[in-house]
Amino acid sequence: MDFFTIIQLGDASVRMAIPLLLACLAGLFSERAGIFDIGLEGKMLAAAFLSAAVSYTSGSVWVGLLAGIGISVILSIIHGIASITFRGNQLISGVAINFFAAGLTVVIAQGWFAQGGRTPSLPKDARFNGLNFPGAVSRMRDKMQASPGMQFYSEFVSGHSILVYLGILAVPLSWWILYHTRFGLRLRAVGEAPEAVDTAGISVVRLRFSAVIICGILCGIAGAYLSTAVQAGFTKDMTANRGFIALAALIFAKWRPWYALGACLLFGLFFAIDIRFSNIQLQVIWIMALLLSCASGLTTYAVRREKIDVIVLGGLSFVLAGVAFVAWFATASTEGISIFAALWETVKVPSQLIQSLPYLFVVIVLAGFVGKAIPPRAGGQPYVKER
Amino acid sequence: MDKMPKWADVALVPVVSLILAALISAIVFVAVGQNPWEALKLMTYGAVGTSDFLGYTLFYATNFIFTGLAVAVAFHASLFNIGGEGQVLLGGLGAAIVVLFVPWPHWTLALIAGATAAAAFGALWVAIPAYLQARRGSHIVITTIMFNFMASGVLIYMLSGPLKPGGNMQIATEIFPEASHLPSLNDIAELFGSDLFGRSPVNISSLIALIACVGVWILIWHTRLGYQIRALGRSESAARYAGISAVNITMIALLISGGLAGMMAVNNTMGINTPQLVDNAAGGAGFIGIAVALMGRNHPVGIVIAALLFGALYQGGAELSAATSIPVQIVVVIQALVIMFTGALNEMVRSPIEKLFIRFGRNRVAGE
Repeated sequence: MDFFTIIQLGDASVRMAIPLLLACLAGLFSERAGIFDIGLEGKMLAAAFLSAAVSYTSGSVWVGLLAGIGISVILSIIHGIASITFRGNQLISGVAINFFAAGLTVVIAQGWFAQGGRTPSLPKDARFNGLNFPGAVSRMRDKMQASPGMQFYSEFVSGHSILVYLGILAVPLSWWILYHTRFGLRLRAVGEAPEAVDTAGISVVRLRFSAVIICGILCGIAGAYLSTAVQAGFTKDMTANRGFIALAALIFAKWRPWYALGACLLFGLFFAIDIRFSNIQLQVIWIMALLLSCASGLTTYAVRREKIDVIVLGGLSFVLAGVAFVAWFATASTEGISIFAALWETVKVPSQLIQSLPYLFVVIVLAGFVGKAIPPRAGGQPYVKER
Repeated sequence: MDKMPKWADVALVPVVSLILAALISAIVFVAVGQNPWEALKLMTYGAVGTSDFLGYTLFYATNFIFTGLAVAVAFHASLFNIGGEGQVLLGGLGAAIVVLFVPWPHWTLALIAGATAAAAFGALWVAIPAYLQARRGSHIVITTIMFNFMASGVLIYMLSGPLKPGGNMQIATEIFPEASHLPSLNDIAELFGSDLFGRSPVNISSLIALIACVGVWILIWHTRLGYQIRALGRSESAARYAGISAVNITMIALLISGGLAGMMAVNNTMGINTPQLVDNAAGGAGFIGIAVALMGRNHPVGIVIAALLFGALYQGGAELSAATSIPVQIVVVIQALVIMFTGALNEMVRSPIEKLFIRFGRNRVAGE
């Protein structure tokens, strides 16, 4: 792997991290105000569809972006009405919004464009295109021959769409709003102790609604980025669980903006690995070592704890070890070589496994083996005045 | 009269929610240029118009009873198992492995073995999210969604690799051995000289679904375990003071939930006309289970009624999309609306009805 490949991997990670980052900051505002939002996914999807559809028909991507933000904010307000006004279950409301967006985008896309639930692919001037910074080389051949510093500048710094730079700028902006403005202080307070905010004479309902609307705006930009910058048009379920991964990144970042940037870049890296290296080959002995060390690590962790840990983690270790040995013996029998020769044989890692890596990593992050995350105290609970 | 009668809470509120969902769906139909009344007629005909269609409706309803029960059992413990989709896929894998690799002499034995394997695989697939929820407090909704994605990865890997029959392009297992084919309800109807349900795949596992309903009813309301599950669902701290282990009950409730979802695979792998495990076998049933459980108020009787309704919707929607240009995803929209109105906006529907009842009740008392 040469320097330019690493740069390209970093570049792809940033590209993949931006929608996660915007959704993650959206969730940050909402959850800091005490409203859990499982519906990030649905809002992104709806925004992705509408911004692509409007960009295509109007020819202006900025109008498309506005339309995407609009629909996302509308869904946010519906979530707010359900979970703030009517004190409904926030999880159920979010799930309903996800299904609503997943179904409706396809139904309407079919009704408007009749292309099997997609929008037509966008022409170049109805998309967010890469900005080339002064002095940056844009042709692939020039990049390959440039000096490492120039490669870094041209591939990694320059050449992204404007939404990427906006997304990165959203991090310090969110940090400033949350920690250095009166609004931010109140927003954080309403997620921890709404009764205190209420006693101080500040409207809990209005604060929570403004948080939910900020969440909608950010989700809208994230969705528009997916369909007008990453891809040229909307396809069915194009958000691919990014809304949920953003929530996991939010927990990983412990509800803090700068850490969210780091967490999203890490998840972006997993997506980039899937895109760039879909064909990873490993020697059997490495697969064995990896799986067996995971299994023994889990078992040693479990035996010092309670019975239930031993049963579940022991069982998982058993499965991992089983997979390792099956991979070993299966290689030996298909290649027709001895068991020991098979250890040094190279096999292809299933592409399904590589595609699952971001999702697997989400589970590992949520398992909390990376530290304890404490959510906002009043998160998920509707506020009732006379409690 | 200080509150509304029980029948209104149990029946009237869901019906009003359903009507609201139907009204918004009608707006969606108008928005894509279809006459909602015509669409309703087409869907009704597609769901119950012929003996075949009715059979398909019951076939899908069977699926939704299983997934609805799965979601409901978890709901009773205040847990949200959104991973039914993945558990169904893994259940199908379990059933397929047992039926393909063991030569069962008779379908009854195959049914018992297949159902057990499906339930076990479904339960095992939820074991890790359940453990993480119980011991580490990891959000069950996010982990089960991640496991849904990984389940489809596992299934595609198995179907295109180890379980792939030679010389077949389709991503599916071999057709299960003849002896393990489950009798369809049409086969049973033919014994009585009738041709009810035609060539539809509705089969003996519908009865298993009904047995599962009775089982869940007994479990939740007539056993100590069910009491513990409900107690944990109502208040975790109260349950803990009563000496109930939150960790164990969370695990058990989710394992039962996963097992029920997995058992659905008996219907949609062993029960179909060409019994085999295909790619994307769940077809959204795991998610529809959420709407079914919410609409059925987490009670087996309500779940059966809601499952029949969604079965009709699913089958009617399929016929509608075949006859018009509306894609099948319209069912997902209606499902979302039902979840929204019966789940999250319940209070919006319920409190006006309650106020009406209270006012009406007072007037009557004053008039006497």
